[in-house]
Amino acid sequence: MSAVLIASTDVARARRHRSWTLLSGLVLVGTVVLVALISLVWLPYAPADTTGTRLEAPSGTHWLGTDKLGRDLATQLMIGARIALVVGLGSVVIGAILGITIGLTAAFAASWLDDTISAALDVVIAFPVLLLAMLIVAAQGASLGSVIVAIGLAMSAVVARLTRVLTKRVLGEQFVTAARTSGTRWPGIVVRHILPNIWPTLSVNLALQFGVAVLAEASLSYLGLGAPPPNASWGRLLQEAQGTVITAPVGAIAPGIALIMLVIGVNFIADGLRDVADPARKGSR
Amino acid sequence: MTNYLLRRSAFLLVSFLIAMVAIFVLLRLLPGDPSNALLSVTATPEQIAAAQAQVGADRPVFEQFLTWFAQLTRLDLGESFISSLPVWPEIAARLAVTVPLTLMAFALALVISLVAGFVAAVKADRWYGILISGISQLGVAVPVFWVGILLVSVFSVGLRWLPSSGFPRDDWADPSDALRSLTLPVITVALVMSASLTRYVRSATLDVVGSDYLRSARAQGSGYTEALWRHGLRNGAVPIISILGIELATTFLGAVVVESVFGLPGLGSMLLKAIEQHDYPNIQGVLFVSTLVVLVIGFAADVAQRLVDPRLRVSISGNR
Repeated sequence: MSAVLIASTDVARARRHRSWTLLSGLVLVGTVVLVALISLVWLPYAPADTTGTRLEAPSGTHWLGTDKLGRDLATQLMIGARIALVVGLGSVVIGAILGITIGLTAAFAASWLDDTISAALDVVIAFPVLLLAMLIVAAQGASLGSVIVAIGLAMSAVVARLTRVLTKRVLGEQFVTAARTSGTRWPGIVVRHILPNIWPTLSVNLALQFGVAVLAEASLSYLGLGAPPPNASWGRLLQEAQGTVITAPVGAIAPGIALIMLVIGVNFIADGLRDVADPARKGSR
Repeated sequence: MTNYLLRRSAFLLVSFLIAMVAIFVLLRLLPGDPSNALLSVTATPEQIAAAQAQVGADRPVFEQFLTWFAQLTRLDLGESFISSLPVWPEIAARLAVTVPLTLMAFALALVISLVAGFVAAVKADRWYGILISGISQLGVAVPVFWVGILLVSVFSVGLRWLPSSGFPRDDWADPSDALRSLTLPVITVALVMSASLTRYVRSATLDVVGSDYLRSARAQGSGYTEALWRHGLRNGAVPIISILGIELATTFLGAVVVESVFGLPGLGSMLLKAIEQHDYPNIQGVLFVSTLVVLVIGFAADVAQRLVDPRLRVSISGNR
């Protein structure tokens, strides 16, 4: 990559690649969001009703067939979209609010407090999301709320560490010194200089965390630690369909594809955002 | 380096202590009493008091913690509320499933991702390079248990090549039987792990291939392979090693989830059963061991990284 000419076509290709990923990400996530929104006002059947025989194949009346209790799978899948989005959004909101607050505190704090917070964050981060979530669910009992809180808490440590590093970097910039000298108070600096500068990188990370949260919820539900029955989480649908994967493959495949669509969609959006956040970053690394 | 080792060990110890306190406090302070595990819904107040006395829940939380902690220092994890069996032998038996599963899956994932990541970087403009990148992108979005379900349906239920679930009753008495039971779980975890690892290897290789030092080495007449081998490997390894620590820990947890797909009697199924039964000593025991494993892996990765990259040795800060 020595010649300037090659470098510039590389950048152009990378940019085209980026807008393509952003677009496909928006389409994938948009589909899931649309399905979830439709499920709020209309469902093919009542979710708990036995509306067909057991394990029916997909047909005009049951688009994805029925599960082993004769309930409509498309209905369950639509509700699952809602749950996946609620868990993703809920835990990202908790993770972002807590994480940004802790991260900012650490960045502004005296060095002993900063060190203490950083060490504590390292401990929490070393403790993987799933294990932490299992612990909280173990203590609190399985519910949609426990799952969201658990995943959000685990996420907040990652967000806090990133916020701290990014904030420290911005604090070293001359425009912050200039703002300080011209009399701007700390809250003003945070709102006007720090948050706008760290947000691009932070939002990419939050988008990725959304995907992690959705996968973690699916794993917890699969293990029976997620939201209890009337909530048809995709993870639980997969767990229920596992035994009948040969006789009724759609039940074990459709929720998996839905999960992948959503997670890969948010990953694509994160990739696309990264380009907006950091145009200097070259290539599709 | 000695200074760093001391600081890093201190950090390991402190983080472990914090984690233990957190596990204990979270389990005790959140609603739900440990003695519930022993009682029916219709228990009389006397029965409740007796159960609480049996599990020590009638004493102050702090005292309970001290008792538990004193036991821990003797590596005694207590006895199960439900079966009254000591926790430690049970965990040891289950580690005989989880540890081989983790290590084999990790080794396989490493082989796959080193090859795939290198090819994807060096042959980025070929169709197979692009295909590898695409698959690894897809792979990070796939839930590990789903891969397990699909593999079981194809290779066990469909083709009947391998057992779909369970583990030999006599454990490793017949290693070939045990290995057959572990084959699909290992492949499942390895496939999913290799997706994210491939992406790291690919990006590290791209950094090396585009680096100035590699071009200088080439300009001085070094062959491409030789330059990659002598200069690229060591430089490219630094970011990979720190990732490996995290990935090994993730593999361990992936194993915990995959165990329930394949009905393996490992640490994961023990934890799930303990959670279901509110068996606090077993929950604490499993989390104690898992935390220890995860933290020690992180420690080892940090130290290994320092050994490979002399530049890092200058900095003495405990937390990177």
